[in-house]
Amino acid sequence: MLAKRIIPCLDVKGGRVVKGVNFVGLRDAGDPVESAQRYSEGGADEITFLDITASHEERRNLFDLVDRAASTIAVPLTVGGGVRERQDVNELLHAGADKVSINSAAVADPSFVGEMAEAYGSQAIVVAIDAKRVPDVEGRWTVYTHGGRRDTGLDAIAWAKQVADLGAGEILLTSMDRDGTRDGYDLVLTRAVVDAVPIPVVASGGVGTLEHVYEGLASAGADAALAASIFHDGHYTVAEVKRYLLGQGVCVRPPEAD
Amino acid sequence: MTTGRVAIVDLGLGNLHSVAKAFERAGAKPVLSADPEVLLSADRLVMPGQGAFKECSHALAGEVGEAVRAWIDSGRPYLGICLGMQALFESSEEAPGEPGLGIFPGSVRRFSVDLRDESGVRLKVPHIGWNQIASTHPVFEDGAWYYFVHSYYCVPKDEALVVATTDYGGRFCSAIARDNVLACQFHPEKSQHAGVRVIGHFLGDVSWS
Repeated sequence: MLAKRIIPCLDVKGGRVVKGVNFVGLRDAGDPVESAQRYSEGGADEITFLDITASHEERRNLFDLVDRAASTIAVPLTVGGGVRERQDVNELLHAGADKVSINSAAVADPSFVGEMAEAYGSQAIVVAIDAKRVPDVEGRWTVYTHGGRRDTGLDAIAWAKQVADLGAGEILLTSMDRDGTRDGYDLVLTRAVVDAVPIPVVASGGVGTLEHVYEGLASAGADAALAASIFHDGHYTVAEVKRYLLGQGVCVRPPEAD
Repeated sequence: MTTGRVAIVDLGLGNLHSVAKAFERAGAKPVLSADPEVLLSADRLVMPGQGAFKECSHALAGEVGEAVRAWIDSGRPYLGICLGMQALFESSEEAPGEPGLGIFPGSVRRFSVDLRDESGVRLKVPHIGWNQIASTHPVFEDGAWYYFVHSYYCVPKDEALVVATTDYGGRFCSAIARDNVLACQFHPEKSQHAGVRVIGHFLGDVSWS
Protein backbone atom coordinates (compact mmCIF):
# COMPACT_ATOMS: atom_id res chain seq x y z
CA MET A 1 0.00 0.00 0.00
CA LEU A 2 1.27 3.43 -0.92
CA ALA A 3 2.39 5.40 2.13
CA LYS A 4 1.31 8.93 2.96
CA ARG A 5 4.34 11.20 2.79
CA ILE A 6 5.75 13.58 5.40
CA ILE A 7 7.64 16.47 3.82
CA PRO A 8 9.63 19.06 5.79
CA CYS A 9 9.89 22.35 3.92
CA LEU A 10 12.83 24.71 4.22
CA ASP A 11 12.58 28.35 3.15
CA VAL A 12 15.88 29.40 1.63
CA LYS A 13 17.33 32.69 0.45
CA GLY A 14 20.68 33.07 -1.20
CA GLY A 15 21.36 29.41 -0.45
CA ARG A 16 20.76 29.77 3.28
CA VAL A 17 17.86 28.80 5.55
CA VAL A 18 15.74 31.87 6.20
CA LYS A 19 14.44 30.83 9.56
CA GLY A 20 16.89 28.89 11.67
CA VAL A 21 16.33 25.23 12.25
CA ASN A 22 16.35 24.30 15.87
CA PHE A 23 18.17 20.99 15.87
CA VAL A 24 20.32 19.98 18.75
CA GLY A 25 23.93 19.71 17.65
CA LEU A 26 23.53 21.16 14.21
CA ARG A 27 26.86 22.57 13.12
CA ASP A 28 25.35 25.23 10.91
CA ALA A 29 21.69 26.01 11.50
CA GLY A 30 21.69 28.11 8.35
CA ASP A 31 22.81 25.35 6.02
CA PRO A 32 19.79 23.85 4.24
CA VAL A 33 21.75 20.76 3.24
CA GLU A 34 22.65 19.85 6.78
CA SER A 35 19.03 20.28 7.87
CA ALA A 36 17.76 18.32 4.89
CA GLN A 37 20.13 15.52 5.71
CA ARG A 38 18.96 15.42 9.32
CA TYR A 39 15.35 15.31 8.21
CA SER A 40 15.96 12.53 5.71
CA GLU A 41 17.89 10.55 8.33
CA GLY A 42 14.92 11.03 10.65
CA GLY A 43 12.50 9.53 8.16
CA ALA A 44 11.36 12.42 5.96
CA ASP A 45 9.92 10.99 2.76
CA GLU A 46 10.89 13.96 0.66
CA ILE A 47 12.44 17.38 1.17
CA THR A 48 11.13 20.66 -0.23
CA PHE A 49 13.19 23.82 -0.66
CA LEU A 50 11.23 26.99 -1.21
CA ASP A 51 13.48 29.73 -2.55
CA ILE A 52 12.42 33.25 -1.66
CA THR A 53 15.41 34.86 -3.30
CA ALA A 54 14.65 38.06 -5.15
CA SER A 55 17.73 38.75 -7.22
CA HIS A 56 19.06 36.86 -10.18
CA GLU A 57 22.57 36.76 -8.71
CA GLU A 58 21.37 34.92 -5.65
CA ARG A 59 19.77 32.26 -7.82
CA ARG A 60 23.22 30.88 -8.50
CA ASN A 61 23.43 30.01 -4.83
CA LEU A 62 20.22 28.04 -5.16
CA PHE A 63 21.60 25.90 -7.97
CA ASP A 64 24.74 25.22 -5.94
CA LEU A 65 22.58 24.38 -2.95
CA VAL A 66 20.39 21.96 -4.94
CA ASP A 67 23.50 20.30 -6.32
CA ARG A 68 24.96 19.83 -2.83
CA ALA A 69 21.64 18.61 -1.41
CA ALA A 70 21.14 16.10 -4.23
CA SER A 71 24.63 14.76 -3.59
CA THR A 72 23.91 14.32 0.09
CA ILE A 73 20.36 13.17 0.59
CA ALA A 74 18.85 9.97 -0.79
CA VAL A 75 15.19 10.94 -0.81
CA PRO A 76 13.36 12.96 -3.46
CA LEU A 77 13.97 16.70 -3.51
CA THR A 78 11.41 19.28 -4.64
CA VAL A 79 12.46 22.86 -5.32
CA GLY A 80 10.15 25.81 -5.83
CA GLY A 81 10.07 29.60 -5.73
CA GLY A 82 10.82 32.00 -8.55
CA VAL A 83 10.52 29.41 -11.32
CA ARG A 84 9.60 31.56 -14.30
CA GLU A 85 10.85 29.94 -17.46
CA ARG A 86 12.02 26.69 -18.98
CA GLN A 87 15.62 27.55 -18.23
CA ASP A 88 14.82 27.65 -14.48
CA VAL A 89 13.18 24.22 -14.60
CA ASN A 90 16.01 22.80 -16.65
CA GLU A 91 18.73 24.16 -14.38
CA LEU A 92 17.03 22.95 -11.21
CA LEU A 93 16.46 19.45 -12.57
CA HIS A 94 19.98 19.40 -13.92
CA ALA A 95 21.33 20.43 -10.52
CA GLY A 96 19.60 17.41 -9.03
CA ALA A 97 16.04 18.38 -8.09
CA ASP A 98 13.56 15.57 -8.67
CA LYS A 99 10.58 17.89 -8.95
CA VAL A 100 10.22 21.57 -9.64
CA SER A 101 7.32 23.52 -8.25
CA ILE A 102 5.74 26.26 -10.37
CA ASN A 103 3.37 28.89 -9.00
CA SER A 104 2.97 32.41 -10.46
CA ALA A 105 4.41 31.43 -13.84
CA ALA A 106 1.68 28.80 -14.24
CA VAL A 107 -1.05 31.36 -13.61
CA ALA A 108 0.59 33.85 -15.97
CA ASP A 109 0.78 31.24 -18.72
CA PRO A 110 -1.01 27.93 -18.09
CA SER A 111 0.51 26.39 -21.23
CA PHE A 112 3.88 26.58 -19.43
CA VAL A 113 2.71 23.71 -17.20
CA GLY A 114 1.93 21.50 -20.18
CA GLU A 115 5.15 22.35 -21.94
CA MET A 116 7.24 21.51 -18.89
CA ALA A 117 5.35 18.26 -18.28
CA GLU A 118 5.88 17.32 -21.91
CA ALA A 119 9.57 18.14 -21.75
CA TYR A 120 10.46 16.65 -18.37
CA GLY A 121 7.59 14.32 -17.53
CA SER A 122 4.62 14.97 -15.25
CA GLN A 123 6.44 13.39 -12.32
CA ALA A 124 8.88 16.31 -12.32
CA ILE A 125 6.31 19.11 -12.42
CA VAL A 126 4.46 20.28 -9.32
CA VAL A 127 2.04 23.20 -9.42
CA ALA A 128 1.92 25.16 -6.19
CA ILE A 129 -1.45 26.73 -5.46
CA ASP A 130 -1.78 29.39 -2.78
CA ALA A 131 -5.50 29.57 -2.01
CA LYS A 132 -7.45 31.96 0.20
CA ARG A 133 -11.08 31.84 1.23
CA VAL A 134 -13.41 34.33 -0.40
CA PRO A 135 -14.96 36.21 2.54
CA ASP A 136 -18.62 35.43 3.20
CA VAL A 137 -18.83 32.85 0.44
CA GLU A 138 -18.95 29.27 1.67
CA GLY A 139 -16.68 26.80 -0.12
CA ARG A 140 -14.96 29.22 -2.45
CA TRP A 141 -11.26 30.01 -2.56
CA THR A 142 -9.27 32.08 -5.03
CA VAL A 143 -5.69 31.65 -6.16
CA TYR A 144 -3.05 34.11 -5.00
CA THR A 145 0.33 34.64 -6.59
CA HIS A 146 3.52 36.59 -5.94
CA GLY A 147 3.98 35.22 -2.47
CA GLY A 148 0.34 35.72 -1.55
CA ARG A 149 0.22 39.40 -2.45
CA ARG A 150 -1.88 39.23 -5.62
CA ASP A 151 -5.42 37.86 -5.87
CA THR A 152 -5.84 36.41 -9.34
CA GLY A 153 -9.57 35.90 -8.91
CA LEU A 154 -9.14 32.35 -10.25
CA ASP A 155 -11.25 29.73 -8.51
CA ALA A 156 -8.81 27.44 -6.69
CA ILE A 157 -10.70 24.21 -7.36
CA ALA A 158 -11.16 24.96 -11.06
CA TRP A 159 -7.50 25.92 -11.30
CA ALA A 160 -6.43 22.68 -9.63
CA LYS A 161 -8.44 20.71 -12.20
CA GLN A 162 -6.98 22.74 -15.02
CA VAL A 163 -3.36 22.19 -14.03
CA ALA A 164 -4.00 18.47 -13.56
CA ASP A 165 -5.44 18.37 -17.10
CA LEU A 166 -2.42 20.28 -18.36
CA GLY A 167 -0.10 17.58 -17.07
CA ALA A 168 1.01 18.64 -13.59
CA GLY A 169 2.13 15.59 -11.64
CA GLU A 170 1.22 16.89 -8.23
CA ILE A 171 -0.39 19.85 -6.48
CA LEU A 172 1.18 21.60 -3.54
CA LEU A 173 -1.82 23.25 -1.91
CA THR A 174 -1.21 26.00 0.64
CA SER A 175 -4.00 27.66 2.58
CA MET A 176 -3.12 31.34 2.86
CA ASP A 177 -5.68 31.65 5.67
CA ARG A 178 -3.92 29.02 7.74
CA ASP A 179 -0.29 29.50 6.78
CA GLY A 180 1.68 30.46 9.87
CA THR A 181 -1.31 30.18 12.23
CA ARG A 182 -0.68 26.70 13.67
CA ASP A 183 -4.46 26.22 13.58
CA GLY A 184 -4.24 23.21 11.28
CA TYR A 185 -4.70 22.70 7.55
CA ASP A 186 -7.80 24.09 5.85
CA LEU A 187 -9.44 20.66 5.72
CA VAL A 188 -12.43 21.73 3.65
CA LEU A 189 -10.21 23.26 0.98
CA THR A 190 -7.87 20.27 1.00
CA ARG A 191 -10.72 17.77 0.69
CA ALA A 192 -12.28 19.78 -2.13
CA VAL A 193 -9.04 19.73 -4.14
CA VAL A 194 -8.30 16.06 -3.36
CA ASP A 195 -11.76 15.13 -4.64
CA ALA A 196 -11.41 17.32 -7.73
CA VAL A 197 -8.13 16.04 -9.18
CA PRO A 198 -6.70 12.63 -10.14
CA ILE A 199 -3.14 13.56 -9.10
CA PRO A 200 -1.54 13.61 -5.63
CA VAL A 201 -2.20 16.60 -3.38
CA VAL A 202 0.30 17.84 -0.81
CA ALA A 203 -1.39 19.72 2.04
CA SER A 204 0.39 22.80 3.36
CA GLY A 205 -0.18 25.71 5.70
CA GLY A 206 -1.16 25.73 9.34
CA VAL A 207 0.25 22.65 11.00
CA GLY A 208 0.81 23.13 14.73
CA THR A 209 0.16 19.71 16.24
CA LEU A 210 0.37 16.00 15.48
CA GLU A 211 -3.43 15.90 15.21
CA HIS A 212 -3.29 18.47 12.43
CA VAL A 213 -1.05 16.22 10.37
CA TYR A 214 -3.41 13.31 10.99
CA GLU A 215 -6.46 15.36 9.96
CA GLY A 216 -4.83 16.55 6.75
CA LEU A 217 -3.99 13.00 5.68
CA ALA A 218 -6.89 11.02 7.11
CA SER A 219 -9.85 13.41 7.12
CA ALA A 220 -8.99 15.61 4.16
CA GLY A 221 -7.37 12.76 2.23
CA ALA A 222 -4.15 14.52 1.25
CA ASP A 223 -1.43 12.26 -0.15
CA ALA A 224 1.32 14.09 1.68
CA ALA A 225 1.68 16.55 4.53
CA LEU A 226 4.13 19.41 4.22
CA ALA A 227 5.17 21.28 7.34
CA ALA A 228 7.86 23.73 8.29
CA SER A 229 7.87 25.29 11.71
CA ILE A 230 6.79 22.27 13.78
CA PHE A 231 9.94 20.57 12.60
CA HIS A 232 12.27 23.58 12.55
CA ASP A 233 11.24 24.72 16.02
CA GLY A 234 12.11 21.30 17.34
CA HIS A 235 8.55 20.69 18.57
CA TYR A 236 8.38 17.36 16.82
CA THR A 237 10.74 15.19 14.89
CA VAL A 238 9.65 13.52 11.68
CA ALA A 239 9.95 10.19 13.49
CA GLU A 240 7.57 11.36 16.24
CA VAL A 241 5.02 12.47 13.67
CA LYS A 242 5.28 9.13 11.93
CA ARG A 243 4.98 7.08 15.09
CA TYR A 244 1.88 9.05 16.01
CA LEU A 245 0.36 8.48 12.56
CA LEU A 246 1.18 4.77 12.67
CA GLY A 247 -0.58 4.62 16.03
CA GLN A 248 -3.62 6.21 14.41
CA GLY A 249 -3.63 3.60 11.66
CA VAL A 250 -2.30 5.86 8.91
CA CYS A 251 -0.03 4.11 6.41
CA VAL A 252 3.36 5.82 6.52
CA ARG A 253 6.87 4.54 5.91
CA PRO A 254 8.13 3.78 9.43
CA PRO A 255 11.28 5.58 10.63
CA GLU A 256 14.14 3.20 9.84
CA ALA A 257 15.49 3.05 13.37
CA ASP A 258 12.25 1.41 14.51
CA MET B 1 33.84 -4.53 -1.33
CA THR B 2 35.06 -5.06 -4.87
CA THR B 3 33.11 -2.45 -6.73
CA GLY B 4 35.28 -2.32 -9.85
CA ARG B 5 34.28 0.11 -12.54
CA VAL B 6 30.64 1.04 -12.78
CA ALA B 7 29.25 2.43 -16.00
CA ILE B 8 25.88 4.16 -16.12
CA VAL B 9 24.15 4.10 -19.49
CA ASP B 10 23.36 7.67 -20.49
CA LEU B 11 20.60 7.62 -23.07
CA GLY B 12 20.28 11.39 -22.86
CA LEU B 13 16.76 11.02 -21.50
CA GLY B 14 16.95 12.64 -18.15
CA ASN B 15 18.90 13.55 -15.15
CA LEU B 16 21.28 10.82 -14.03
CA HIS B 17 22.73 12.99 -11.31
CA SER B 18 21.00 11.24 -8.42
CA VAL B 19 21.85 7.76 -9.69
CA ALA B 20 25.50 8.71 -10.11
CA LYS B 21 25.56 10.31 -6.65
CA ALA B 22 24.00 7.27 -5.05
CA PHE B 23 26.73 5.05 -6.48
CA GLU B 24 29.38 7.52 -5.34
CA ARG B 25 27.97 7.42 -1.83
CA ALA B 26 28.20 3.63 -1.98
CA GLY B 27 31.92 3.90 -2.72
CA ALA B 28 31.91 3.50 -6.50
CA LYS B 29 33.22 5.94 -9.08
CA PRO B 30 30.62 5.66 -11.80
CA VAL B 31 31.13 6.86 -15.37
CA LEU B 32 28.16 8.13 -17.33
CA SER B 33 28.44 7.24 -20.98
CA ALA B 34 26.71 6.31 -24.20
CA ASP B 35 29.94 5.08 -25.76
CA PRO B 36 29.78 1.30 -26.30
CA GLU B 37 33.53 0.97 -25.68
CA VAL B 38 33.31 2.71 -22.34
CA LEU B 39 30.22 0.75 -21.35
CA LEU B 40 31.69 -2.60 -22.35
CA SER B 41 34.96 -2.01 -20.52
CA ALA B 42 33.26 -1.59 -17.13
CA ASP B 43 32.75 -4.27 -14.49
CA ARG B 44 29.16 -3.38 -13.72
CA LEU B 45 26.50 -1.77 -15.86
CA VAL B 46 23.57 0.30 -14.62
CA MET B 47 20.72 1.46 -16.82
CA PRO B 48 18.59 4.01 -15.02
CA GLY B 49 15.52 5.41 -16.58
CA GLN B 50 13.36 8.40 -16.54
CA GLY B 51 11.29 9.54 -19.42
CA ALA B 52 9.19 7.76 -21.95
CA PHE B 53 9.45 4.26 -23.45
CA LYS B 54 9.35 5.61 -27.00
CA GLU B 55 12.45 7.79 -26.59
CA CYS B 56 14.15 4.98 -24.72
CA SER B 57 13.36 2.55 -27.53
CA HIS B 58 14.77 4.96 -30.10
CA ALA B 59 17.90 5.58 -28.04
CA LEU B 60 18.47 1.83 -27.77
CA ALA B 61 17.87 1.16 -31.46
CA GLY B 62 21.50 1.78 -32.36
CA GLU B 63 24.89 0.81 -31.02
CA VAL B 64 24.06 1.59 -27.37
CA GLY B 65 21.33 -1.03 -27.43
CA GLU B 66 23.74 -3.49 -29.03
CA ALA B 67 26.26 -2.75 -26.30
CA VAL B 68 23.67 -3.41 -23.58
CA ARG B 69 22.66 -6.67 -25.26
CA ALA B 70 26.31 -7.71 -25.58
CA TRP B 71 26.86 -6.80 -21.96
CA ILE B 72 24.00 -8.95 -20.76
CA ASP B 73 25.23 -11.83 -22.93
CA SER B 74 28.68 -11.48 -21.40
CA GLY B 75 27.32 -12.49 -18.00
CA ARG B 76 28.53 -9.41 -16.14
CA PRO B 77 26.27 -7.72 -13.53
CA TYR B 78 23.49 -5.52 -14.90
CA LEU B 79 21.15 -3.35 -12.86
CA GLY B 80 18.12 -1.82 -14.54
CA ILE B 81 16.14 0.87 -12.77
CA CYS B 82 12.59 1.89 -13.72
CA LEU B 83 12.71 2.36 -17.51
CA GLY B 84 16.00 0.41 -17.41
CA MET B 85 13.87 -2.52 -16.24
CA GLN B 86 11.02 -1.97 -18.68
CA ALA B 87 13.44 -1.72 -21.64
CA LEU B 88 14.43 -5.38 -21.08
CA PHE B 89 11.04 -6.55 -22.32
CA GLU B 90 9.59 -6.73 -25.81
CA SER B 91 7.06 -3.93 -25.87
CA SER B 92 5.15 -1.37 -23.85
CA GLU B 93 1.59 -0.06 -23.88
CA GLU B 94 3.18 3.35 -23.52
CA ALA B 95 4.48 3.19 -27.09
CA PRO B 96 2.79 0.50 -29.21
CA GLY B 97 4.99 -0.69 -32.03
CA GLU B 98 8.23 0.50 -30.45
CA PRO B 99 10.46 -2.43 -29.53
CA GLY B 100 12.23 -2.93 -26.24
CA LEU B 101 15.48 -4.88 -26.02
CA GLY B 102 13.51 -8.11 -25.80
CA ILE B 103 15.98 -9.74 -23.44
CA PHE B 104 12.98 -11.35 -21.75
CA PRO B 105 9.61 -12.24 -23.25
CA GLY B 106 6.84 -10.06 -21.90
CA SER B 107 5.41 -6.59 -22.07
CA VAL B 108 4.95 -3.42 -20.06
CA ARG B 109 1.41 -2.40 -19.10
CA ARG B 110 -0.23 0.72 -17.77
CA PHE B 111 -2.04 0.77 -14.45
CA SER B 112 -5.78 0.75 -15.02
CA VAL B 113 -7.45 4.16 -15.22
CA ASP B 114 -9.96 2.96 -12.65
CA LEU B 115 -7.48 1.50 -10.20
CA ARG B 116 -8.92 0.98 -6.72
CA ASP B 117 -7.69 -0.32 -3.40
CA GLU B 118 -9.38 -3.09 -1.38
CA SER B 119 -11.87 -0.67 0.14
CA GLY B 120 -12.83 0.76 -3.25
CA VAL B 121 -10.92 4.04 -2.93
CA ARG B 122 -9.65 5.24 -6.30
CA LEU B 123 -5.87 5.11 -6.61
CA LYS B 124 -3.89 7.74 -8.43
CA VAL B 125 -1.74 7.09 -11.47
CA PRO B 126 1.23 7.68 -11.64
CA HIS B 127 2.04 5.58 -8.60
CA ILE B 128 4.26 8.12 -6.81
CA GLY B 129 5.75 7.64 -3.39
CA TRP B 130 6.93 4.99 -0.98
CA ASN B 131 5.60 1.48 -1.17
CA GLN B 132 6.59 -1.91 0.20
CA ILE B 133 7.84 -4.96 -1.59
CA ALA B 134 7.38 -8.64 -0.88
CA SER B 135 10.54 -10.48 -1.87
CA THR B 136 12.63 -13.50 -1.04
CA HIS B 137 15.58 -12.36 -3.15
CA PRO B 138 18.86 -11.64 -1.29
CA VAL B 139 19.39 -8.21 -2.88
CA PHE B 140 16.01 -6.87 -1.77
CA GLU B 141 14.46 -6.78 1.66
CA ASP B 142 11.09 -8.31 2.19
CA GLY B 143 8.79 -5.66 3.64
CA ALA B 144 11.17 -2.77 2.98
CA TRP B 145 9.91 0.55 1.60
CA TYR B 146 11.22 1.94 -1.67
CA TYR B 147 10.42 5.03 -3.72
CA PHE B 148 8.34 4.55 -6.87
CA VAL B 149 7.47 6.96 -9.70
CA HIS B 150 5.74 5.25 -12.63
CA SER B 151 2.53 4.59 -14.53
CA TYR B 152 3.68 1.40 -16.24
CA TYR B 153 4.88 -1.96 -14.91
CA CYS B 154 6.47 -5.08 -16.38
CA VAL B 155 4.56 -8.26 -17.05
CA PRO B 156 7.13 -11.01 -17.76
CA LYS B 157 5.85 -14.07 -19.61
CA ASP B 158 8.03 -16.20 -17.39
CA GLU B 159 6.72 -15.64 -13.89
CA ALA B 160 9.86 -17.15 -12.43
CA LEU B 161 11.65 -13.91 -13.35
CA VAL B 162 9.64 -12.01 -10.74
CA VAL B 163 11.54 -11.68 -7.48
CA ALA B 164 9.53 -8.89 -5.85
CA THR B 165 5.95 -7.70 -5.98
CA THR B 166 4.21 -4.59 -4.68
CA ASP B 167 0.56 -3.87 -3.96
CA TYR B 168 -1.09 -1.01 -5.79
CA GLY B 169 -4.66 -1.93 -6.57
CA GLY B 170 -3.40 -5.51 -6.86
CA ARG B 171 0.11 -6.90 -6.92
CA PHE B 172 2.47 -5.94 -9.71
CA CYS B 173 6.03 -7.03 -10.50
CA SER B 174 8.44 -4.61 -8.79
CA ALA B 175 11.72 -6.46 -9.40
CA ILE B 176 13.11 -9.24 -11.58
CA ALA B 177 16.32 -11.25 -11.52
CA ARG B 178 17.84 -13.86 -13.80
CA ASP B 179 21.51 -14.88 -13.80
CA ASN B 180 23.51 -11.63 -14.09
CA VAL B 181 20.48 -9.39 -14.64
CA LEU B 182 18.80 -7.53 -11.85
CA ALA B 183 16.14 -4.88 -12.35
CA CYS B 184 13.69 -2.98 -10.22
CA GLN B 185 10.76 -0.68 -10.90
CA PHE B 186 11.49 1.48 -7.87
CA HIS B 187 14.37 3.92 -7.45
CA PRO B 188 17.08 2.67 -5.07
CA GLU B 189 18.85 6.03 -5.49
CA LYS B 190 15.85 7.78 -3.89
CA SER B 191 15.03 5.15 -1.30
CA GLN B 192 17.17 6.23 1.62
CA HIS B 193 18.95 3.44 3.50
CA ALA B 194 16.91 0.63 1.97
CA GLY B 195 17.98 1.85 -1.46
CA VAL B 196 21.61 2.28 -0.44
CA ARG B 197 21.61 -1.35 0.66
CA VAL B 198 20.31 -2.50 -2.74
CA ILE B 199 23.15 -0.63 -4.41
CA GLY B 200 25.61 -2.05 -1.91
CA HIS B 201 24.45 -5.60 -2.67
CA PHE B 202 24.73 -4.94 -6.39
CA LEU B 203 28.28 -3.64 -5.92
CA GLY B 204 29.11 -6.48 -3.58
CA ASP B 205 30.15 -10.02 -4.18
CA VAL B 206 27.45 -10.80 -6.71
CA SER B 207 26.27 -13.72 -4.64
CA TRP B 208 22.81 -13.01 -6.02
CA SER B 209 23.75 -14.12 -9.52
